[in-house]
Amino acid sequence: MSVESEVGLTVDGETVSSAADITVAAALLNLGKWRFRRSVSGSPRTPLCGMGTCHECLVTVDGDRHRRACMIPVRAGMRIETDD
Amino acid sequence: MTEWAASVVVVGAGPAGIAAAIRAEGAGRSVILIDQAQRPGGQIWRHRDRAALPRQARSWLQRLDRSSVRLLTGASVVDAEPSSRLRVDLGGRPLGVRWNDALVLATGSHERFVPFPGWTLPGVVGVGGAQALLKSGMDVAGMEVVLAGSGPLLLPVAATLSRAGANLTLVAEQAPLGRVIRFGAALWRSPSRWLDAARYRAGFLRTPYRTGTWVLRAEGEDRVREVTLTDGDGERTLPCDLLCTGFGLTPASELARLLGCATDGWRVKVDGVQATSEDGVYCAGEACGIAGAEIAILEGEIAGLAAAGDRAGAERLGRRRPPHDRFVAGLAQAFRLREELSALPAGTTLVCRCEDVPLERLRDFGSTREAKLHTRAGMGPCQGRICQPALQHFFGWGIDSVRPPLFPTSLSVLAAPEEDESPPPPTSIT
Amino acid sequence: MDRSPDVVIVGAGIVGAAAAHVLTAEGLAVDVVDRGAPASGVTGAGMGHIVVMDDSPAQLQLTAYSRRLLDELAPELSASCELSRCGTLWIASGEAELEAVEAKQGAYAEAGIASEVLDGDDVARLEPELRRPLFGALRVPGDTVVYPPGLARWFLDRAVERGARLHLGTEIDSLGPREVRAGTTTISAGAVVNAAGPWSGRLSPGLPVTPRKGHLLITGRYSGFCRHQLVELGYLASAHDLSQDSVAFNLQPRPTGQIIIGSSRQAAGWDGAIDRSVLQKMVARAVEFVPGLAGLDVVRTWTGFRPATPDKLPLIGPWPDEDGPWILSGHEGLGIATALGTAQILADLMLERRPELDPAPFRAARA
Ligand SMILES: Cc1cc2nc3c(=O)[nH]c(=O)nc-3n(C[C@H](O)[C@H](O)[C@H](O)COP(=O)(O)OP(=O)(O)OC[C@H]3O[C@@H](n4cnc5c(N)ncnc54)[C@H](O)[C@@H]3O)c2cc1C
Ligand SMILES: Cc1cc2nc3c(=O)[nH]c(=O)nc-3n(C[C@H](O)[C@H](O)[C@H](O)COP(=O)(O)OP(=O)(O)OC[C@H]3O[C@@H](n4cnc5c(N)ncnc54)[C@H](O)[C@@H]3O)c2cc1C
Ligand code: FES
Repeated sequence: MSVESEVGLTVDGETVSSAADITVAAALLNLGKWRFRRSVSGSPRTPLCGMGTCHECLVTVDGDRHRRACMIPVRAGMRIETDD
Repeated sequence: MTEWAASVVVVGAGPAGIAAAIRAEGAGRSVILIDQAQRPGGQIWRHRDRAALPRQARSWLQRLDRSSVRLLTGASVVDAEPSSRLRVDLGGRPLGVRWNDALVLATGSHERFVPFPGWTLPGVVGVGGAQALLKSGMDVAGMEVVLAGSGPLLLPVAATLSRAGANLTLVAEQAPLGRVIRFGAALWRSPSRWLDAARYRAGFLRTPYRTGTWVLRAEGEDRVREVTLTDGDGERTLPCDLLCTGFGLTPASELARLLGCATDGWRVKVDGVQATSEDGVYCAGEACGIAGAEIAILEGEIAGLAAAGDRAGAERLGRRRPPHDRFVAGLAQAFRLREELSALPAGTTLVCRCEDVPLERLRDFGSTREAKLHTRAGMGPCQGRICQPALQHFFGWGIDSVRPPLFPTSLSVLAAPEEDESPPPPTSIT
Repeated sequence: MDRSPDVVIVGAGIVGAAAAHVLTAEGLAVDVVDRGAPASGVTGAGMGHIVVMDDSPAQLQLTAYSRRLLDELAPELSASCELSRCGTLWIASGEAELEAVEAKQGAYAEAGIASEVLDGDDVARLEPELRRPLFGALRVPGDTVVYPPGLARWFLDRAVERGARLHLGTEIDSLGPREVRAGTTTISAGAVVNAAGPWSGRLSPGLPVTPRKGHLLITGRYSGFCRHQLVELGYLASAHDLSQDSVAFNLQPRPTGQIIIGSSRQAAGWDGAIDRSVLQKMVARAVEFVPGLAGLDVVRTWTGFRPATPDKLPLIGPWPDEDGPWILSGHEGLGIATALGTAQILADLMLERRPELDPAPFRAARA
């Protein structure tokens, strides 16, 4: 595997580091986030399909709400908020 | 809105779409290939590490690199206008993509889910979903993982999970052994499929593979902690951090249906050269039936030639195609869902996960549209892609209409006026 | 058929459903027939704004009357009706329109409808997402919003509790003053009501009801983005002019946190496809008023056919003459808001009572 660099992210206000070249969904799961969004009746959800279909992985990215975490690569300095 | 154009536009950069793009380009056409993922390859070839791919996949991807095909990644097609133009969401900016001669749809498939108690718990993922998350960087080392579902996809995913260091404790296939063996035997014509299966099985030798076994429920407070399965006689509960569940694939025909292409159930109908019912629109790969990557490539090649105007070449290739329908039907038959799966959900089990609609609220209705109007099932951001196949399974209901946008997208992308000269989007076009 | 009902209603949209509710409450035996499911016609496409409108004195009276009737039912409505007391803000687009705001308040006051003139600062405080400068608005606090299919179903459920029979999935081929026919089946009744919405002219050829196409679009969930139904003051003019296609700013917060954006009016026959150029104009208009909308996600777009009449008032009564079948149609863009009032007038006329409102402007045979 190619040399894997790290990137710094802010997740729910905390500064963390993540492998570069992975998706936001993978990064959050690797950080042990078991709640990406809250469903309309309040239950926690995490990615189901991993391919952009189910919309269970919606998070806020750089202030932009309802983004599919499984479709977006992490970028240095990215701000991510879960539990919308 | 910025607009790009090519003779042939291909949507979906999986095996079918790549093959179509390469063939159309080889026939002298300008080609744009669009995919919403960050990397080409579709569900099966989208590895971060190309060296890990089989030779055939590497070779197609290399041909793509060397070609003049303009590859547009991270680009979701959100609308298709009757005037031969796609509207694309490229990182939050609108882009128009016009096809001058032909459009090839190679949009693949969605995983099919069957709701059961606990399937909405965090840590319950699709089988293909786990595969996709692994490919995009999820770390499963040391996790307790159970795989329970149906179809040939279980094997490669089990192998990948094992290789990635998961503690895979069980692979449960709902279909009975007899059907799985008969399906395997019918594959004798394609030894490569046998080899694949054997290689995959070798990849998780320490884990039992049980046929005729299915999931009953998943449990845990705020994430999945254990799963209970049955073989029809006894019940067995296993601890798990990740439960992978999926029951085969459904053709992703939304874009085709938006364009008015005729379908048979979820499948897009095509003729011998992959032409749909709409002029100049072709379809290849799993969107016209679940038959695996091998056939997707061949269909892509046929569609690419036909789209480039080489009908004779397309027909010649078409004759090499194995009897597709037989394979599709064989697959569907071997892994058809057992009756018991219809009884899995409790009344309170959610069927529509976007709007949290439980099964008990859906029983009184007679059609997808009626249930949708009166319960909101299918009204959420996935637009019924997850719950409609389940409703079809439980109640035999039909498929709801498709309207723009194909995926939620901002108002400024969906409705940017053509004449608006916004700056061109930042682009990964090559 | 083992019994011949007093009334058979064709159409289980909001209008037919409200009629079934009111007529069964009067003790009549009612059958309701629909080719599809309840609210599967334009009722399933409408916005559900229960609004008082003053395009004409008759319209003002009918909308005010209907809103009051719905308010009286409010304590009984089920959660699925999604009644929300959000009120309406009629937004002035410039100084010049402030006079119109005052005039509107006067007209509403005369009809007994409370409203309040707001200046630009008030409006900005109430709805911070609106683009500045703001000039003022008329706030109508008593206007509400419902979920139309939920309300239609609630009406039908009440009717069924009182013995009404539903024949869903039954397409009526033709109707007369005392019977409706579906294939080889005939349902005879004391009276027939054509409440087939935009399609009512197909069952009563010559009826002046035409489809007026509208587009809507709904966003994902953004709770708190706005609080009132926001409508541009120019909306009425745009709705009034039948001769050309138009768009107007009309935005509705749903209890789900979603926002519905409308609306357009087109004479486009029966083509229900999304017209991208209309969609673009409609969105452009909305973004002009509320710039922050541009960044919100759209989940779905759709269209519907308003049942329009030349004078923009519904048709209530027998047609073409006193012996004809009853018509309850032509509600254009106000069928959700006026279904109860029109149903009550229908019941009063059928039972030969004097309606609370003068029924003359709505007489079906006026046309
Ligand atoms: C989740 C999942 C995992 C799978 N894993 C495996 C596996 O490990 N092994 C295996 O043998 N088979 C696997 N399959 C089956 C395999 O995908 C097919 O056999 C094969 O890839 C079919 O190729 P295709 O080109 O038809 O579709 P795909 O490979 O699915 O390619 C379709 C592409 O189109 C893109 N697309 C769709 N709609 C749009 C749009 N509107 N805008 C832009 N882009 C769009 C998608 O992002 C995708 O990249 C999997 C399938 C799924 C659904
Ligand atoms: C974009 C848009 C926005 C709107 N917003 C609002 C709003 O905010 N407030 C408001 O008050 N109004 C609004 N409306 C208008 C409102 O939706 C309509 O006025 C109202 O729904 C009309 O109801 P209806 O019952 O007459 O018609 P429908 O709901 O169409 O009911 C007619 C029924 O008759 C059935 N039918 C037709 N032909 C036959 C047949 N031959 N046999 C059997 N059954 C038949 C149909 O299936 C249908 O169910 C809006 C409309 C649109 C298009
Ligand atoms: S996990 Fe399904 S859309 Fe991201």
